[in-house]
Amino acid sequence: MKKLICIGVPVAGALFLLTAQQDRTQLFLKGQAGPPKIAAPDFQGSGDAQKYMAAFNQTLWSDLEGCGRFDLVPKTSLPRFIPQQPSDFQMPPPAQPQPTSRKGRTELSAPQTGGGRWMKDWSAPPAQADYLAYGYTGVSNGVLVLQGWLVDLAKDTPAAGQLIGKRYLGTVDEAGARKVAHEFAADIIALSGGTSLFGTHIYFTSNRTGHKEIWAMDFDGKNQRQITHFNSITQYPSLSPDGTKIAFTSWVHVQPAIFVFSVDPVRDLRFYNQTASVNGTPSFTPDGKQIIYMSAAGGCCGIFIANLDGRGFRRISSSASIDTEPKVSPKGNDIVFVSGRSGPQQIYRMNMDGADMERLTPGNGEASNPSWHPNGLMIAFAWTQGYATGNFNIFTMDVATRKYDQLTHSEGRNENPSWAPDGAHLAFSSTRSGGKQIWTMLANGTQPQRLTSVGINENPVWGK
Amino acid sequence: MFEKRKYFVIGLAVVLAMFAAGCKKKVPPPPPPPAPAPAPPAPAPKPPAPSISFSAEPTSIQRGQSSTLRWQVSGDVTSVSIDNGIGTVQNTGNRRVTPADSATYTLTATGAGGTSTAAATVNVSAPPPPPPPPAPAPQSTLDQRLADVQDAYFDYDKSDIRPDARDALTRDASALKSILGDFPNASIVIEGHCDERGSAEYNLGLGDRRATAAKDFLVGLGVPGDRLKTISYGKERPQCTESNESCWQKNRRAHFAPGQ
Repeated sequence: MKKLICIGVPVAGALFLLTAQQDRTQLFLKGQAGPPKIAAPDFQGSGDAQKYMAAFNQTLWSDLEGCGRFDLVPKTSLPRFIPQQPSDFQMPPPAQPQPTSRKGRTELSAPQTGGGRWMKDWSAPPAQADYLAYGYTGVSNGVLVLQGWLVDLAKDTPAAGQLIGKRYLGTVDEAGARKVAHEFAADIIALSGGTSLFGTHIYFTSNRTGHKEIWAMDFDGKNQRQITHFNSITQYPSLSPDGTKIAFTSWVHVQPAIFVFSVDPVRDLRFYNQTASVNGTPSFTPDGKQIIYMSAAGGCCGIFIANLDGRGFRRISSSASIDTEPKVSPKGNDIVFVSGRSGPQQIYRMNMDGADMERLTPGNGEASNPSWHPNGLMIAFAWTQGYATGNFNIFTMDVATRKYDQLTHSEGRNENPSWAPDGAHLAFSSTRSGGKQIWTMLANGTQPQRLTSVGINENPVWGK
Repeated sequence: MFEKRKYFVIGLAVVLAMFAAGCKKKVPPPPPPPAPAPAPPAPAPKPPAPSISFSAEPTSIQRGQSSTLRWQVSGDVTSVSIDNGIGTVQNTGNRRVTPADSATYTLTATGAGGTSTAAATVNVSAPPPPPPPPAPAPQSTLDQRLADVQDAYFDYDKSDIRPDARDALTRDASALKSILGDFPNASIVIEGHCDERGSAEYNLGLGDRRATAAKDFLVGLGVPGDRLKTISYGKERPQCTESNESCWQKNRRAHFAPGQ
């Protein structure tokens, strides 16, 4: 009961915090060597809320760990007493002159720890956390309420160290518990200068119905749902920058052709395909107003750009070689694409009008699947460099310097990287677990997580 | 007044007297029933009823075949008729019938001697089920004949026509010309396929180049290009799914299929 009554108390404080957050962010990032260490003990729920807390705690942990911006303190290293609200903290007793004893036994009378009731219990070994995320949930008027705090443990009091003190509301079920956990984690990630992936989607190709179709899922692999029902071969989805439309390639009309669909509701927006034996691998320009694609019109295959309805198409690159997979940079001023013009397929760059074409990959191996980082400076791509033909791994490259990094190391065949909107994660397909499945990882190659398991799944694109 | 009354009394007396007299006279009992009428005289001997000979030949037929009804009616005959839509007939005759199902024909002959009937049954058995209707002959044969047209094979990441593909396509050209001549409405699809190693997106183009290269070669040998259509399947429809060179080679091909 006490907790429920207390729910409303910190609201005024939370409002104040929102205005003060900018300053706090700087505090948050000050003087860190390596990623900040966050303690996130298991939260408790009062009454009916408790049965959803396993989902809550799992979600909060995986969001904070998965964002790649923090070190999470192992739960086994945390103090035994878990505060649930600021008033649970106690001040350590003021330092007193040590009574001198002839027997030299002073330790019993002066406790060195509050067992978790003191702020410094959390910053001292073994936890050694910089920040503590704590709070509790309860059910109030049929609504699941999370009261969440984030406190800077370098401060003396919960009030002085409070970075977040906020209520989050959800439905009284597992989905509601996950939602408030995602939102709380998103606020913590935002304070560190990151972007939460909560609410983002991944579109992909799956053959689980017996035919390759376009599917969608939430960023964490939940809520997988079928978008197309062509019973043909349908693949290579791309997502509009605002997340409202997808473009893809389908053989449903026999020869491969481009389709543009809205996603909510799912509707065919009628892309006009110019006469060609192949129109394919469409993607959106960053303003969402045009489609750039490959076409065999006049010979296979050149890069073309057209309006969203397929009209007004014009050629950008010649058909002297196979040019495919064009992607316009988020800045809108250049295009990366795949071409076989110098031999094995490689990544190239050119201006929007096709001028100043240059090869980005050095020419060895085969390179494919370029995907722009949201910052427009870097790409991820698949490359067989160092491996047998066909054994692709995921690489990133700074487009200006052409300096590259390898993220996967021959754990199966790894292809189709797609940057998450946070610029810190990638989705990709991998055969490391057997059949091709969708995986995510951090941009340094760590924390691989599999999102799909039914059928063959590939071509992930991550967006809003 | 009194006189009127006196007449009334007299009249009443007369009536009463008459009534009394009537009552005394008894109604006689009904007479006994008459004796039964004597038996009618025996009728004259009837002429014999018509005699009938009526048969169907044969009595069992397959549906669609016919049977012949033959009849001969003798004796005192005034009319002869057969049911099932045949109607009045001569005393002697025959008639071909083609019943759809088993039918019994009844012949009725009427004469002074009475009416006689005779029946003849024709059993109709359904024919054995027909063979399934043959697929339209040209399509079936087109599939079959195209199955004999050889694939053209390619090197990895190449769409050039190799010497072995040149030989195969040269043979294919005459076969295709013959097929297109025999099936003037048919079109033929040249499918371009790739092995699994390159990226799927690049192979979408490579398959198109292989199909187009095969088509151009065939057109150069006189195969009508407007009846050849190309489709790239990239690496979506492999012929062989193992990861070794012999399998990959089988998948790097141009293949011929009937047009839709």
